[in-house]
Amino acid sequence: MAKNIYEKIWDAHVVHEPAGEDPIVYIDRQYVHEVTSAQAFEGLRLAGRKVRHPEMTFATMDHNIPTTDRTKPIQDPMSKQQVETLKANCAEFGIACFDMFHPLNGIVHVIGPELGLTQPGMTIVCGDSHTSTHGALGALAFGIGTSEVEHVLATQTLLQKKSKTMEIRVNGVLPVGVTAKDLILAVIGKIGTAGGTGYVIEYTGEAIRALSMEGRMTVCNMTIEAGARAGVISPDARTLAYLKGRPHLPQGVSWDALSAQWMAWASDSGCRYDVMVELEARDVEPQVTWGTSPGMVTGVCGKTPVLAELKDDNARLAAEKALQYMGLEEGMPITLIGINKMFVGSCTNGRIEDLREAAKAAKGYTVNAAMDQAIIVPGSQQVKKQAEAEGLDKIFTAAGFEWREAGCSMCLAMNEDRLQPGDRCASTSNRNFEGRQGKGGRTHLVSPAMAVAAAICGHFVDIRTWEFK
Amino acid sequence: MEPFRKLMGIVAPLEALNVDTDQIIPKQFLKRIERTGYGDVLFYDWRYLEDGKTPNPAFELNAARYQGASILLSKDNFGCGSSREHAPWALHDYGFRCILATSFADIFFNNCFNNGMLPIRLSGDVIEVLFKEVRAQAGYSLMVDLEAQTITRPNGEKIAFEIHPFLKERLLNGWDQIGLTLRHEDKIEAYERNLLSFQEKRK
Repeated sequence: MAKNIYEKIWDAHVVHEPAGEDPIVYIDRQYVHEVTSAQAFEGLRLAGRKVRHPEMTFATMDHNIPTTDRTKPIQDPMSKQQVETLKANCAEFGIACFDMFHPLNGIVHVIGPELGLTQPGMTIVCGDSHTSTHGALGALAFGIGTSEVEHVLATQTLLQKKSKTMEIRVNGVLPVGVTAKDLILAVIGKIGTAGGTGYVIEYTGEAIRALSMEGRMTVCNMTIEAGARAGVISPDARTLAYLKGRPHLPQGVSWDALSAQWMAWASDSGCRYDVMVELEARDVEPQVTWGTSPGMVTGVCGKTPVLAELKDDNARLAAEKALQYMGLEEGMPITLIGINKMFVGSCTNGRIEDLREAAKAAKGYTVNAAMDQAIIVPGSQQVKKQAEAEGLDKIFTAAGFEWREAGCSMCLAMNEDRLQPGDRCASTSNRNFEGRQGKGGRTHLVSPAMAVAAAICGHFVDIRTWEFK
Repeated sequence: MEPFRKLMGIVAPLEALNVDTDQIIPKQFLKRIERTGYGDVLFYDWRYLEDGKTPNPAFELNAARYQGASILLSKDNFGCGSSREHAPWALHDYGFRCILATSFADIFFNNCFNNGMLPIRLSGDVIEVLFKEVRAQAGYSLMVDLEAQTITRPNGEKIAFEIHPFLKERLLNGWDQIGLTLRHEDKIEAYERNLLSFQEKRK
């Protein structure tokens, strides 16, 4: 029978289905970072348990680390303690750790694919909701809580219920200036922030096939913002081209054999899904969020909602609260919204292609005088190195953007990079929740080029009309 | 883990959609390396005024009538956002053991069961009725009976709820998930032997 990729990976990883209990699923790869792992290691110690397969887990520091001069000590004593605790735990339990001084350090969801640790057909978990990113390579990858992190460390398995499957098929070609970020924001706008709850979403269709691997990662990354367990894209020639030559690939097997094994995970033609959603790529505009949930989004030519036009009581209540928090009027054109901060980076949009897009828009321009800060934070040290080799950093600094070290940075403001109350930020990150980027800060989610263009103009502009220099 | 069987408790309303884990516990409190001590910072940005200490009178949970509440009432997509288990830790530490909502985000929902907490999905109509009742009567309490899968209102009427049988067993018994899985360690070993032979064959 024809199977979809989720069914194939699931079937290959069920260890045991005890009667009346949840299936035990084998986990091929676990990533850990400093914020959600300390209590898991402590749990192991208290119970006298070991890590079953230390070689299947990899650690990085990303959430708390400074994006400024790394040679100086971390200012916040609690951040410092957290990264030091991770390092000590990795040493004690024999886990490889890309600490903040390591040349391969970076955001967990950037370095996993970059190092070839993420491969098609794998089950991958991490105590981090954006683990869904790795689905772009044809892996089943999802975020878990700290108790589950401990469970995987101890048993290399997880108790899981089988998810339903949703196919999101994107037909046609995305218009020029419309990116993977706009596509996933439009998907969330369409199905809602709980639209994917209980599902694993597979993205298919011509527009998905045309996306670069970086673009596919952006789409799978924000799948969690639609509430889904995971997002996945079947491997194809582009996936193989991305993987070729990366370190950490299986040794002692020919490339042809490996390629064939990986490609075998792709969904069979004629496979079925529980639900199918279809989108036309040509209808997608550059997106800008106006509210405090990623589903509160519209095209750059759109306006903030008019409350009286919202029929559903709960939706109206939510929109009213959101507009109030965001300090926006009803029915306001998006292009009239002025900003004073900009952030390009994160596990959503901190990869080399994102920085290339941002640099293309920045070239020959200057950051607007109304801007208090505009920072560009690469997703990993390797991305940073690559960008510098291509001269992107020079384009950014010449235009007045700050060029930083890699890390999660202002996406969630656990380090020193954060908004002040009342700041309004064009951000390439994934969440516009109240206070996400700093208490009282207001976040508008956009693509990298849209963020840069907004920083240059001091307000949102339609990138499709941008004059590239 | 402490078992969850029956709970008689005061209900506190939190009337919002998409209550995300950044609201339940903001990131500056994720830097601790313990599982406890998060109760005072639950809903921090909503709960306190600018000084971070004075209770915000406009935040409903701060009202005297809701003090000591152990059941939280909310709306769609509760617990969305980050996977941080600090969110259920903070709710638990504050005193909540049960959350009633129209829907929950997936990871948060799972995390609750690993901390002896019961998230219950109820229909929008039932949730609306409960919001009306809790606001109409100070000290409004509900009786949650996991074994019987019922919630009893003060007037004696029972609301039935659904729960996956395995999750129910785990909560009723307070079972440790790792302990449960390790009963099947032989199966994990067998799986790994197959995996190994698969990898060997590939070489």
